[in-house]
Amino acid sequence: MASAADGHGSSYITDIHPIWGKLNWNIFPFYEPVIFYTFIAVVIGGTAVLGLLTYYRLWGYLWREWFTSIDHKKIGIMYIVLGIVMLLRGFADAILMRIQQAMAASGGEGYLNAHHYDQIFTAHGTIMIFFVAMPLVVGLMNYVMPLQIGARDVAFPFLNNLSFWLTTSGAVLVMISLFVGEFSTTGWLAYPPLSGLDYSPSVGMDYYLWSLNIAGIGTTLSGINLIVTIVKMRAPGMTWMKLPVFTWTSLCSNVLIVATFPVLSATLALLTADRYLGTHFFTSELGGNPMMYVNLIWIWGHPEVYILILPLFGVYSEIVPTFSGKRLFGYTSMVYATCVIMILSYIVWLHHFFTMGAGASVNSFFGITTMIISIPTGAKLFNWLFTMYKGRIRFTTPMLWTLGFMVTFTVGGMTGVLLAVPPADYVLHNSLFLVAHFHNAIIGGVVFGLFAAMVYWFPKAFGFRLVESWGKVSFWCWFIGFWLAFMPLYVLGLMGVTRRLSQFEDTAYAIYFNIALVGALFVAAGIAAFVIQIGVSILRREELRDTTGDPWGGRTLEWSTSSPPPYYNFAFTPRVYELDAWDHMKRNGYRRRTDGYVPIHMPHYTATGVVISAILTVMGFALVWHIYWVAALSLIAAVAYGIAHTFNYDRDYYVAANEVRSIEAARTRTLEGNGELKAAE
Amino acid sequence: MRCFRYFLGALGVIHLAGCELVVLDPSGDIAAQQGDLIIYATVLMLIVILPVILLTLFFAFYYRASNTKARYEPDWDHSISLEIVIWSVPLAIIICLAGLTWVATHRLNPYDDLRRISESQPIDPDVVPLTIQVVAMDWKWGFIYPEQGIATVNEVAVIVDRPVEWKITSTTVMNSFYIPAMAGMIYGMPGMQTELNAVMNQAGTYEGFSGHYSGAGFSHMRFDLHALDAEGFDDWAAQVRAGSEGELTRPAFEALDQPTVDHPVTYYNAVEEGLWDRIINLCVAEGTLCQNDMMMVDALGGGGIDGLWNRQLMAGICAADDPKLFMALVRPELRDRESDIIAALMPPEPAMSPINGGE
Repeated sequence: MASAADGHGSSYITDIHPIWGKLNWNIFPFYEPVIFYTFIAVVIGGTAVLGLLTYYRLWGYLWREWFTSIDHKKIGIMYIVLGIVMLLRGFADAILMRIQQAMAASGGEGYLNAHHYDQIFTAHGTIMIFFVAMPLVVGLMNYVMPLQIGARDVAFPFLNNLSFWLTTSGAVLVMISLFVGEFSTTGWLAYPPLSGLDYSPSVGMDYYLWSLNIAGIGTTLSGINLIVTIVKMRAPGMTWMKLPVFTWTSLCSNVLIVATFPVLSATLALLTADRYLGTHFFTSELGGNPMMYVNLIWIWGHPEVYILILPLFGVYSEIVPTFSGKRLFGYTSMVYATCVIMILSYIVWLHHFFTMGAGASVNSFFGITTMIISIPTGAKLFNWLFTMYKGRIRFTTPMLWTLGFMVTFTVGGMTGVLLAVPPADYVLHNSLFLVAHFHNAIIGGVVFGLFAAMVYWFPKAFGFRLVESWGKVSFWCWFIGFWLAFMPLYVLGLMGVTRRLSQFEDTAYAIYFNIALVGALFVAAGIAAFVIQIGVSILRREELRDTTGDPWGGRTLEWSTSSPPPYYNFAFTPRVYELDAWDHMKRNGYRRRTDGYVPIHMPHYTATGVVISAILTVMGFALVWHIYWVAALSLIAAVAYGIAHTFNYDRDYYVAANEVRSIEAARTRTLEGNGELKAAE
Repeated sequence: MRCFRYFLGALGVIHLAGCELVVLDPSGDIAAQQGDLIIYATVLMLIVILPVILLTLFFAFYYRASNTKARYEPDWDHSISLEIVIWSVPLAIIICLAGLTWVATHRLNPYDDLRRISESQPIDPDVVPLTIQVVAMDWKWGFIYPEQGIATVNEVAVIVDRPVEWKITSTTVMNSFYIPAMAGMIYGMPGMQTELNAVMNQAGTYEGFSGHYSGAGFSHMRFDLHALDAEGFDDWAAQVRAGSEGELTRPAFEALDQPTVDHPVTYYNAVEEGLWDRIINLCVAEGTLCQNDMMMVDALGGGGIDGLWNRQLMAGICAADDPKLFMALVRPELRDRESDIIAALMPPEPAMSPINGGE
């Protein structure tokens, strides 16, 4: 025998201590040099950040104004900050993998052992989908959508805060797993039987389950919240066909969240039961069926892709008209295309496992439904195309991201339809061609859209624009980096190379993996440029200041209020007569009302969301390490705190008319200042 | 097909020296048809993809803000004729592609017998495919040849132009069985059997591996496939028979099934009768109840509380001539219940025995 391994999973599984569970002194993986140096860097960096926060006495401010805030704008910003922080972690994993594969393909063994490498690709996928893409998309919807429909907040402001902190709780558990114990080694969807107790006995899989169990609840609650907001809180006159496209796509995305995240939670709960209670839903024996898990997880997993991309389709539909100085071409077909995609996304899940042995008719059915989705998606692309037609296009950073998307995503869509042909999928499934395809769709579609959206709405959120120069550097680095990183993967897929390999016998692949590594380094430069862009913009915020509230010549209601908007969003609820309400108001000589202010009904901030989520994080940690008494106590504490919160009747207040008057008067002075400046020019 | 490949190459697929796109240029007929399908579908989609990309770039350039000569119509947002085009062109392409998909998926169904040996060679209707049973283990591949009565690990041989019927399962977790030069991949799963029919048209040595991540030793879960002529295959089989490992018995298989990484090529000169059925039913180890027996017990009402502790009593029920009789012997109390049910359903008839009366 060449080398006998110790089987699946890791070696430090011990008996469960009644008080300490599985915890002992051997759980810290500092024997891995990569983790050890990361840990030192995190300790130094973390101490510096905490020290600065303490030195500038920011803890009270953060607690009062942000953590306990139930203002949808602040929660949206916190979601986006969470997403960006986790992007840095997820991307670090990506670079580690690229280096390992480049080294291994060039004839060496690389610097990561299989067990560590397996954790890295699992963490990369899990983090990028659940803790980067989801928070960024949900944060964006949270920030923009209520402003677009002329609302003062979401329907359930406290629930919104709780949703955010539950998502953060999941992210915290994933981050803890880096230094305490280990993370899952089963891939981001954790197919059983590999993810079962027999083959993954270590705590890594439990970190995965509990972080997603907790975060999944947050996402479902947020979906319900945003649907109710769109259905019930639109400004008077905003009928369904006058809804901004971004709000439409948010609605469809949240419908998908509410329809599918419970499926994810239930599936993971069953897998959790298999691991903790000894049930056999997904084991190979005693009547369990792993194929059931594969079906269930993809019944969530495929709509998830559309949950991510649909709001970004909405973003592009806002950006293209704004920077082309034109109305959106084919609004009606855009809306119907979105709804068709929403429905179809629910009947295509089987295309993720054509190779599991289903019959030809079943495979053809799911292949063809998948292809049909490309029709409304194609129609959308044409609509953006014809919005640019006969326009006056300004090449700002958001528009560049959008053009980059249109070119890149088209290719990703094409390879997606290709993979939907079952016999073609037999040879491309699980290959690097597949990896290239979904990165092509998710980076080219979701990530480009998120950057476009962040640059586009940044002045609305903070009152000053981001510098264009660094934004363009960031775009070109990402764009070039993406193509360099993933085109070689398409070729490798056609060479028959499959995914998740840490060792290669054939050095013919070396050149492609090295090109891909260069691409990843370009993307790293793109991320760095984005961070620099924010830093430089903060330093130069006075010259980039947006005093109008409408820096781009926008068309929807969020541009009618100041930048940043007052905490009540609108002094008077706007009245809507046309699609593109703000554009319509501007054209018809809208004059801002400056008197007759009335008190505004607003909700109080509360710490309940933070506290409950913190307790549930403790519960998750205790369950991962089988410290049952802590888990039981924290669950009781969380439920008790939640019940106690229901007795808090001091939940809302009225902003006095005087306060509204003084805030609005300041805005009036700013706007008059602009007018004088204009006249002076 | 050549010209299509060059066409694809010209479209930007990096074609460096030494790059073998095995998926597009394989050595087996099934993989060849699958590869051709990739090219047909790609060309079909480029009809709409290329114009979209080119128009994006052209519109972005031509309608730039600084080009004041270009027409500017800020309120133009609707055109019935354009809408018809942008919905119908993709629709037409998808209709073609859907037709192609339906036909190709049925023609290339891995469970079906082959329809031809290669593009130029029809199939002899009397040909018997070479059956090879494939077991994915942690982290190696076992191959059993029922016809030849031999077994190997991490090496397999087939005969050029003779159809091969792969029967695939796994003893532990999911894997997928993939030989890119021969045919697309199919999952191997514990307790289940999947099937792949394919053929090799060119002699040579090809790579096979698991395409589905299965744990720590996954990267090394590879084997060589030798496509040989009939004579070469017989020589190879003789070489296997001369192998030192002896017979692949149930204990030998249990030992083999322990996790290993980069397992060396191993030859077994005989295979214990019924081993494959035990592998699929997860009962190679002495004293484990086979899944098919378990399912039969469940179908007949379950083993009851006693059955939990006396599973061995149920062994072999699936193969019994009369499973119900067998069941009635194990759980006498069921006989009463069954006779009650029959009595309730049927008019009393003296010739009917209470045990197998349900037939």
